[in-house]
Amino acid sequence: MTLDLTLLPDGGLQWLIGSGEHAGIVLSSRIRLARNLAGFAFPTRAREGERLRVLHQLRTAAPRVPSLKDAAFVRVDECSALERQLLHERHLVSRELAGLDRGGQSAPTGAGVLVTGDTGVMVNEEDHLRLQVFRSGFDIPGALRHAERLDAELAAVVPYAWHQEFGFLTACPTNTGTGLRASVLIHLPGLVLTQEIGKVLQGLQHMGLTYRGLYGEGSDVLGNLFQISNQTTLGRSEDDLADQLVRVVRKVIEREEEARNVLARDAGYIIEDKLWRAYGTLRHARNLPAEEAMNLLSGLRLAAGMQLISGLSVYTLNKLLIFSQSAHLSHAAGHVLTDGEANLARARYVRQILANEARLPG
Amino acid sequence: MVCDTCRERDAVVHLTQIVESVVSQVHLCEQCAAARGIETTVAVPKHPLGDFLQAVQQQATQLPGDAARCAYCGTSLRDFRASGRLGCAQCYGAFEQSLRELLRRVHGSTRHAGWHHEGADPDVMEREATLEQLRTKLARAVEGEAFEDAATLRDQIRGLE
Repeated sequence: MTLDLTLLPDGGLQWLIGSGEHAGIVLSSRIRLARNLAGFAFPTRAREGERLRVLHQLRTAAPRVPSLKDAAFVRVDECSALERQLLHERHLVSRELAGLDRGGQSAPTGAGVLVTGDTGVMVNEEDHLRLQVFRSGFDIPGALRHAERLDAELAAVVPYAWHQEFGFLTACPTNTGTGLRASVLIHLPGLVLTQEIGKVLQGLQHMGLTYRGLYGEGSDVLGNLFQISNQTTLGRSEDDLADQLVRVVRKVIEREEEARNVLARDAGYIIEDKLWRAYGTLRHARNLPAEEAMNLLSGLRLAAGMQLISGLSVYTLNKLLIFSQSAHLSHAAGHVLTDGEANLARARYVRQILANEARLPG
Repeated sequence: MVCDTCRERDAVVHLTQIVESVVSQVHLCEQCAAARGIETTVAVPKHPLGDFLQAVQQQATQLPGDAARCAYCGTSLRDFRASGRLGCAQCYGAFEQSLRELLRRVHGSTRHAGWHHEGADPDVMEREATLEQLRTKLARAVEGEAFEDAATLRDQIRGLE
């Protein structure tokens, strides 16, 4: 199957736009709901035929779901390795659904995804359905309302696995009940530089929250980007769980802003020098490994946030983050790049975007 | 392979020792290993659900139903312990007692307090769900060459359809 990205409404990347509250610090807000269909074994236990029937059932139901009316349907299990990695880099499918945890050879049978501008439904992940709604910036309530509507619409056309006492049933009991994971992707370089981050992350756990790296469970923290989310899912309403996250994230944003003020006050010229050097490297480097790019882009984002560098939009920064990744560079090149080739292509891409979109002294 | 010490029981512990850069292998049974002070209990797997699985493990050992299986998908408590994943919605009924305790530990509650969708038509939904279950059972019966069961299931499916 050839994945035509132009067929994905907004490329599934509407959140890159960089609008919304605190968009300079909170890149995106996401609501994920784990759901299973009644009458089928959960995907990890289901036979191939059962998984394919789940996929078929959702595919035939989707046109009757208003929120998914314009959604593109992608058979992830029929995509090439590059296409699967591309979907993963866009956060549209998890590592597992893309089959990247199995050496990238193949995706699980029946793996699929429905994608619209800011909404997606993964099929046959750990649970039959993983509903996802993204919003640009800090907008958990907006994402939650949209997810609630999508969930109710889906429930009207497919029967969910449900228990009178436990609520929505999931493969892993850590998701039972609401199946909700509300999360924000947040950039915290100030707290990292002032070495306050350890305390903040520890504090999260006391508040019933948890954190991960850019690509979710098991992924490394790169470029000072953290995903903060709720940990428990049962015994409290979706609104309660989301409110708790919002309250804590507000505090984290305040702490990050304070840290940036401290940096500006006590180490102004050091920071300014570091950030301009990051810009200089990104603007002129010819060979740019992925990890280095992530860290330099973090510097650039901080510089823009602290108004040390002006003329750089959040949209440009977000685009650089996603489109400078390996599968995206390979896709643009039209063939699979080796790591070495990707490093050269990455440098070229970043230079070109900064030359065109940054209104800065060269 | 028999134990190097007692030469009676099967060796279950295989040790590679390096003493003054000489590598040697020792194979011991559980008792002889214990006598040498070697810990043989299996370490808790390194897993984000580590604590949780350990709780399942502790609890499962207390329950006579350790080998109990979900009648629908065949998952046993032991499978759940190994993977941390339940096999199907019916597992929640099959292991209800154990799960209730676990859910309380993990979430601090067992009672869902969130959304509930009525669904389009409960009767239709239930019939669809039952049909799916019967179709799955039919596929399994055919696979297992249990043709009499298969015939009964096929009749039930036709009746509902």
